[in-house]
Amino acid sequence: MRRFTPLVAYVVLCSLSVAAAKGSWINAYIQLIIMFIGINIVLSSSLNLVNGYMGEFSVGHAGFMAVGAYITSILNVWLFTSSSIFGAPALSPSSAIFLFPVTLLIGGMGAALAGLLVAIPSFRTRGDYLAIITLAVNYIVKSSIENIQVIGGARGFMGMRNVVNSMQDVVNLPWIMIWIFVAVGLTVWVIHRFVNSTYGKGIVAIRDDEIAAEIMSVDTRRMKMIAFMLSSGMAGVAGGLFAHILGYINPGTFTIMKSTEIMVMVYLGGMGSLSGSVLSAIGFTLILEMFRPLQVAKWVVIPLLLILLMLFRTEGLLGNRELSDVFPRLRRIYSPGQKAGINVPS
Amino acid sequence: MIVETFFQNLLNALQWGSFYALIALGYTLVYGVLLLINFAHGDIFMVGAYIGFFIAALLLGQYIAPLSLNLPPVAVFLVMLVLTMVLTAFVGVTIERVAYRPLRRKGASRLYVVITALMCGLILENGNLALLGANRRNFPELIPNTVHSFGSVMFSNVKVIVIVATILVFLLLETIVRRTKLGMAMRAISYDRMAVPLMGIPVDTVIVFTFALGSSMAALAGVLFATAYPVLEPYMGALVGWKAFIAAVIGGIGEIRGAFAGGFLLGFVEIFVAAFFPSTLRDLIAFTILLVFLSVKPTGIFGVARATKI
Repeated sequence: MRRFTPLVAYVVLCSLSVAAAKGSWINAYIQLIIMFIGINIVLSSSLNLVNGYMGEFSVGHAGFMAVGAYITSILNVWLFTSSSIFGAPALSPSSAIFLFPVTLLIGGMGAALAGLLVAIPSFRTRGDYLAIITLAVNYIVKSSIENIQVIGGARGFMGMRNVVNSMQDVVNLPWIMIWIFVAVGLTVWVIHRFVNSTYGKGIVAIRDDEIAAEIMSVDTRRMKMIAFMLSSGMAGVAGGLFAHILGYINPGTFTIMKSTEIMVMVYLGGMGSLSGSVLSAIGFTLILEMFRPLQVAKWVVIPLLLILLMLFRTEGLLGNRELSDVFPRLRRIYSPGQKAGINVPS
Repeated sequence: MIVETFFQNLLNALQWGSFYALIALGYTLVYGVLLLINFAHGDIFMVGAYIGFFIAALLLGQYIAPLSLNLPPVAVFLVMLVLTMVLTAFVGVTIERVAYRPLRRKGASRLYVVITALMCGLILENGNLALLGANRRNFPELIPNTVHSFGSVMFSNVKVIVIVATILVFLLLETIVRRTKLGMAMRAISYDRMAVPLMGIPVDTVIVFTFALGSSMAALAGVLFATAYPVLEPYMGALVGWKAFIAAVIGGIGEIRGAFAGGFLLGFVEIFVAAFFPSTLRDLIAFTILLVFLSVKPTGIFGVARATKI
């Protein structure tokens, strides 16, 4: 039964939060923070797959998030609401409750396809040059959206609030929060299983030595493609959810600043550490909210804290280690599957 | 008519290319020596422009104390330029000492240093915003902007100064890097980090010199930029900085020729895209060209692929 303990604990925790949100025991502000923590966990752990486990340097994660956010939002507004752009809803608004995860997945797939823009050059380009390509993709996505006037261009796109409302008209639950919990659970589970599988270890092999990995029969092109598409697809799903929290998105949200924020979470938690990413996403979101009264000075204090962290604990909170390495007792419930006795150092 | 439009745009492109080239230089110098992308460099450009603004205001007696030096504006410009370059070099070196050197001593991976650099940039931007407020400042007009016309091609003296200054800087830096001992030391460090200290080369001094050189060129770019476009705001360095970085990469990062070639190329692409297409497409087309270019030639124009031994 032990292997189900984390799952059960997670489901109980999520049900409690959803119940608390439904019963209005926690106010809208705290609900919002919980949802942002969820989004940030998805973003940071998906970026960790590329930056941490594969050792590439992607600085344009917000671009993929934008692709997912726009695709999901446009599909939902077109299908389920009457809007000034698309006219009457194409399907009945109440079907949103079933089809929302589908549109979310389509958004994720769109983002994964955008990930190909990075994945294909990465066959030949490495390191700093690849960093520029990701940066360029971020800018390309942002300025393409700005130039498509049908979806609002630089003014942004709205109407997602109605989708959420029509979902809540059918069954009155905080649906976005539920889907965020599902997405977080799936992301962490998929990445955890993937990087610990024999197949997924190829990614870590590419980080350590690409040529050696190739010789040892790792199909590096295929692995890179999978890693980039998986990572950007997850970012796309996170973007879709993000759009539905706010009900309004504009291209200015998905700039290099947002990418930097995600990157900071990855490095704060430690590269190549999934539990580090999760913890740092939680911690960083809370710190951001705590420092909100500082206003502008917030963005002086937070980088300063990070520089101090880099100076005194360079590898991040849990660099290349998991929580189970720090607290070995956790390993009994934390390690994947039933590989007892096989202690795989990362 | 088309020829004249072409030359007009060519001149604009040369001016923009000059700004990109001067900033790209800082990226390339630091990268050439340390293999570090100094992402704080775009903000050092901004700091340079601000320092220039305050020194100019001080010398003109418009700030803190009403000085009555009655210097001619051109003299104010020259004094301000030199002081700004020195002070900005100091800022760059301080960042190196406080943030990068301890990490280097610890032997931290390059990526952590890059993150630290990003954070330093954020601190400079937002520290400026927090200290000086969000209002824009107008840079005083020190060099009276006179417009000459050659046929129907209009060019201002500021444009000419910018372009000439950039060409002079290029010649100066090529000389420093190719002909002096310090330049030789810089190239040696990028060639082999392990062997260089054994040859008795003071690595830290060379690195400090590199940062000072790069930052003072950013300050020069900042002052010239503020002279040409006299509006200062805390985020002015962000986008220009990223684009200059792209210019450095297109040229082949680590090569001084590359920084200039890349800077001018990016300037040309941006100006000519804006001339023939709606200007909102400028960034999109410029970055798409970059993406295609890097996919075809990953090391940039002058870059040489580093051979990896198995």
